[in-house]
Amino acid sequence: MTLKYDVVIIGGGHAGCEAASAAARMGARTALLTHRRDTIGVMSCNPAIGGLGKGHLVREIDAMDGLMGRIADAAGIQFRLLNRKKGPAVRGPRTQADRRLYREAMQEAIASIENLDVIEGDAFDLLMNGRQLSGVTLKNGRTISCRTVVLTTGTFLRGLIHLGERKIPAGRMGEEPSLGLSATLERFGLRLGRLKTGTPARLDGRTIDWENVGRQGADDEPVPFSFMTDRINNRQIECGVTRTTAATHKIITDNLGKSAMYSGQIMGVGPRYCPSIEDKIVKFGERDGHQIFLEPEGLDDNTVYPNGISTSLPENIQQEFIRTIPCLEHVVILQPGYAIEYDHVDPRELSSTLEVLKIPGLFLAGQINGTTGYEEAGAQGLVAGLNAALVCGGNDPHVFSRTNSYIGVMIDDLTSRGVSEPYRMFTSRAEYRLSLRADNADVRLTPDAISLGMVSAERQHRFQCWARTFETAKASLMALQVTPNEARKFGFHINQDGQRRSAFELLSYAEHSIGSLARLWPELSAIEPKIAAALEIDATYAVYMEKQAADIANVKREESAEIPEYFDFSILSGLSNELVQKLTLTAPRNLAQVLKVDGMTPAAASLILAYLRRDTVQSVPPKKAIQ
Amino acid sequence: MDDTIYALSSGALPSGVAIVRISGPHTRDVLFRMAGEIGSNRVAHLRSIRNRNGELIDSGLVLFFPGPSSFTGEDCGELQVHGGRAVVQALLSELGSIQGLRHAEPGEFSRRAFHNGKLDLVEVEGLADLISAETEMQRRLAVEHAQGGMSAVYQGWARRLTHARAMIEAELDFADEDDVPGSVAEAIWGDMASLQIEIAEHIAGARLAEIIRDGLKVVIAGRPNAGKSSLINHLAGRDVAIVTDIAGTTRDVLSVDLSLAGFSVRLYDTAGLRETSEPIEREGIRRARSTLQDADLVLLLSDVPNGFADVTRESEHSKLIRVRTKIDQIDQIWDKADFDIAISTKTGEGIETLLSRISSYLPVLTGKISFSIPSRRRHVDCLNQAVDAIAASLIHSKTGLDIQAEYLRVAGDALGRITGRVDVEELLDVIFSEFCIGK
Ligand SMILES: Cc1cc2nc3c(=O)[nH]c(=O)nc-3n(C[C@H](O)[C@H](O)[C@H](O)COP(=O)(O)OP(=O)(O)OC[C@H]3O[C@@H](n4cnc5c(N)ncnc54)[C@H](O)[C@@H]3O)c2cc1C
Ligand SMILES: Nc1nc2c(ncn2[C@@H]2O[C@H](COP(=O)(O)OP(=O)(O)O)[C@@H](O)[C@H]2O)c(=O)[nH]1
Ligand SMILES: [Mg+2]
Repeated sequence: MTLKYDVVIIGGGHAGCEAASAAARMGARTALLTHRRDTIGVMSCNPAIGGLGKGHLVREIDAMDGLMGRIADAAGIQFRLLNRKKGPAVRGPRTQADRRLYREAMQEAIASIENLDVIEGDAFDLLMNGRQLSGVTLKNGRTISCRTVVLTTGTFLRGLIHLGERKIPAGRMGEEPSLGLSATLERFGLRLGRLKTGTPARLDGRTIDWENVGRQGADDEPVPFSFMTDRINNRQIECGVTRTTAATHKIITDNLGKSAMYSGQIMGVGPRYCPSIEDKIVKFGERDGHQIFLEPEGLDDNTVYPNGISTSLPENIQQEFIRTIPCLEHVVILQPGYAIEYDHVDPRELSSTLEVLKIPGLFLAGQINGTTGYEEAGAQGLVAGLNAALVCGGNDPHVFSRTNSYIGVMIDDLTSRGVSEPYRMFTSRAEYRLSLRADNADVRLTPDAISLGMVSAERQHRFQCWARTFETAKASLMALQVTPNEARKFGFHINQDGQRRSAFELLSYAEHSIGSLARLWPELSAIEPKIAAALEIDATYAVYMEKQAADIANVKREESAEIPEYFDFSILSGLSNELVQKLTLTAPRNLAQVLKVDGMTPAAASLILAYLRRDTVQSVPPKKAIQ
Repeated sequence: MDDTIYALSSGALPSGVAIVRISGPHTRDVLFRMAGEIGSNRVAHLRSIRNRNGELIDSGLVLFFPGPSSFTGEDCGELQVHGGRAVVQALLSELGSIQGLRHAEPGEFSRRAFHNGKLDLVEVEGLADLISAETEMQRRLAVEHAQGGMSAVYQGWARRLTHARAMIEAELDFADEDDVPGSVAEAIWGDMASLQIEIAEHIAGARLAEIIRDGLKVVIAGRPNAGKSSLINHLAGRDVAIVTDIAGTTRDVLSVDLSLAGFSVRLYDTAGLRETSEPIEREGIRRARSTLQDADLVLLLSDVPNGFADVTRESEHSKLIRVRTKIDQIDQIWDKADFDIAISTKTGEGIETLLSRISSYLPVLTGKISFSIPSRRRHVDCLNQAVDAIAASLIHSKTGLDIQAEYLRVAGDALGRITGRVDVEELLDVIFSEFCIGK
């Protein structure tokens, strides 16, 4: 007997869980096919969610009624709002998570979703009916028939662990790699690349000298990720801080040749922002030490994650160098660090809904697209799951744009320029950063999610109440007016220009708050603190939002100069062969996309622009494949 | 683009040396035919240059630049000969008679360079200016832009801005990193303040560029019948304005372009200033006044002593030359202190002096004047946006680093619009090369 579904999600990692949840909430009959039920929601690397840029993604997933924010709230044991002093647009919520709590909360959430079945198994191949995707075959020979598939296999595609000179085929330590699907993707003619990442050793917390280690605590008032979370109930913990020493560096330098990364065994490219300790010492040898955070992996777990020393040195050398670190002199290693190499698909093979251009019905999300991180994976899962369900229902796709979300920024970056190293979110990637804040993710996205019908009744009600209260309060702030003269009587110093200003305008000055304005208008003290905080931020950014909105309109106009389909870039005699190849490959359709092509120079761009402005543009039909 | 093109590329004839440039696939053959074996590339060789009958045209320097490392990206050649009209004429007609060669269209060399990816956005615009350059100064200004001198300056600024932004972004995006000190961004404000000044000074040069491009605006004003229209006709060498002895003849503002000392000078003839109730003349006077407002220089004319007084007020902001007219008529008694220059359009007396006085208001050309100035409204607009945004970023030091960063992003975009955009990957490259990021 074969099972029949609308959407099958392959992989129960962070991308897979969000994809499954989104598709099921959209009403699609959904199956989550993964190796093992009990590894759903496993955090492969460091036990933390959020951070700068990544925290924005989690807030956006939550605004679409996804899982990650709520699960992180349930599992968070050290909430910290990063960049608290640097302006709301760049604040990033982050928490360390209890690994077990996270996994359990995720498994529980997945189990409770209607329309969603979890199937244990190893996906081996995809079934096609002509050009149409029709199902999945498992390694054990079973098949599942379906209309769309979301592939979220993470680091499992031809995963190869490197530990010193040892090589272990694996998706994660102790888990089998996925070999069949790589072959499937190759057969489809998709361009695959090889990337790598690494993880540090895990330490036995009982053997750490906690007495002498530095400490970093949680915020006094934890800020939750989810709009639906009122308070954080977990006990908050501290983590330890220590540093590498000259002795550490010497051992690493002396043994570089034994590191998988430096002995030339690894072909894949690693992320520059997640360097191994070997990399740090080779590139920044002059530093006297590198910081290490000792992060407990759970409230009742003795495992400690030493953040900052990911490595692929042999086990005995790992032990030797770790023991030169203050407070780790007698530490016992529970599991050695390692590097892992894996296949990924060139994301330029995807549309902006993450559907494979060549294989309609097949969606890819997560690390398989060349990204790194749980949040990046989760956000893509949401997009792919949502759109897979839309396809099944015969509906128009839902595309996130650079101007409304970090999700849109990420997907545009990936699909239009591809990756040369594992892609991670940064706030600097978002040109409309002041508009795309963690604090207004709900306002930006929840209305869309409501009209798509993927939001629970509870959230919808809560959001609408909140939005109404906020809009009413904002309108009343706009209506309250004061002359500079009157304001002065209450101790407000503003330009004595005779201009009447609204309470909202006054609020836009850094020195004023709802609290201080209540001196002038006592009724303002009735505004509840959450709304007051939101109003203050809204007022602060109001002028910039307007400017950015104008900017956005401008960019859209400027960059819409269209390039005809099948434009033959090779007729531009000034372009290097390399650029012609890249342009032909990425087939940009407008100047905006041209500018994003890897290696594009201003001279080359102006050359193309000049051609576009000529009256006639030559284009050639696609060449028939002649072999 | 298979033709080989040639043209006289140096200034007007006669001149000491004239340079004829050749570009295209036949270049090497042509040089061999006319001057024999050339020898090493990119080196000047003294050769006898002969026509097809072996007759000597002139002896001069011959150079060969193989493509793609040449101005146009194609094979290029230069013939530097004596700049006599007949010499150049003989050379050009010899070239014209060779199969596959044709005279270049205006700006065609630069256009080929552009097509071959040798020029960027600023250079391309420089090229457009080059094509339309009428005066020597316009050409020199355009050449500065077309040859990338300006691009280098703009790119230098863009690099500094990129570095500053990278430092801020490091602090914003990697605040939790040990290796990024909490105050990296602080170190950049000094440089941003000087960048602001440098760009502002550069923008100030736009005035000079405007004079070079649009010409010095010289307005001829004065009472009716002072001889204004006669002067403009005399300088133009033809009758552009109607001259009668009826006061109030000129109603509209007329203009004529002259070339003076390498610059373009635009002369405006205006309606005579006086009280009148005649509606058309009143409109003419209104136009005259508004033209006076943005004159670089006013020639105030009068054929009677103390005829300057009431008009002087009209142009108090402009530079002024008081011109006594009609000195061929001797019926007026003038005090030397009452005028600056005396002319007659009948006899031509004083006109040379007037012209040399006008030239003295042109930018000084002795010494080396820098053509590192923004040549286009578009550049000035972008530069103004950049400088304003940098200033705003400096002012908002208390508002938050996110907002300061936003202003610098705007500044970066504005500069980027001149030559080409800065990408976030470039910011990240700077960050990762300077700091050890990553836990
Ligand atoms: C060693 C290591 C170090 C890392 N270091 C970092 C880091 O420092 N910073 C960072 O941000 N991120 C890091 N990551 C990445 C982070 O863990 C991933 O980006 C994130 O988990 C990706 O999510 P995903 O959903 O795409 O895949 P995963 O979380 O890897 O999930 C893949 C899931 O698919 C299942 N699966 C795979 N193949 C099949 C199949 N054929 N059939 C059925 N099920 C299948 C697996 O069982 C698993 O459940 C690291 C990952 C690893 C492994
Ligand atoms: N003798 C003499 N007459 C002049 C001279 N210049 C102008 N005129 C005469 O003065 C009259 C007014 O000249 P016009 O140029 O129209 O004056 P406008 O009203 O200032 O433009 C005309 O009749 C001219 O012929 C000059 O240099 N000498
Ligand atoms: Mg006149």
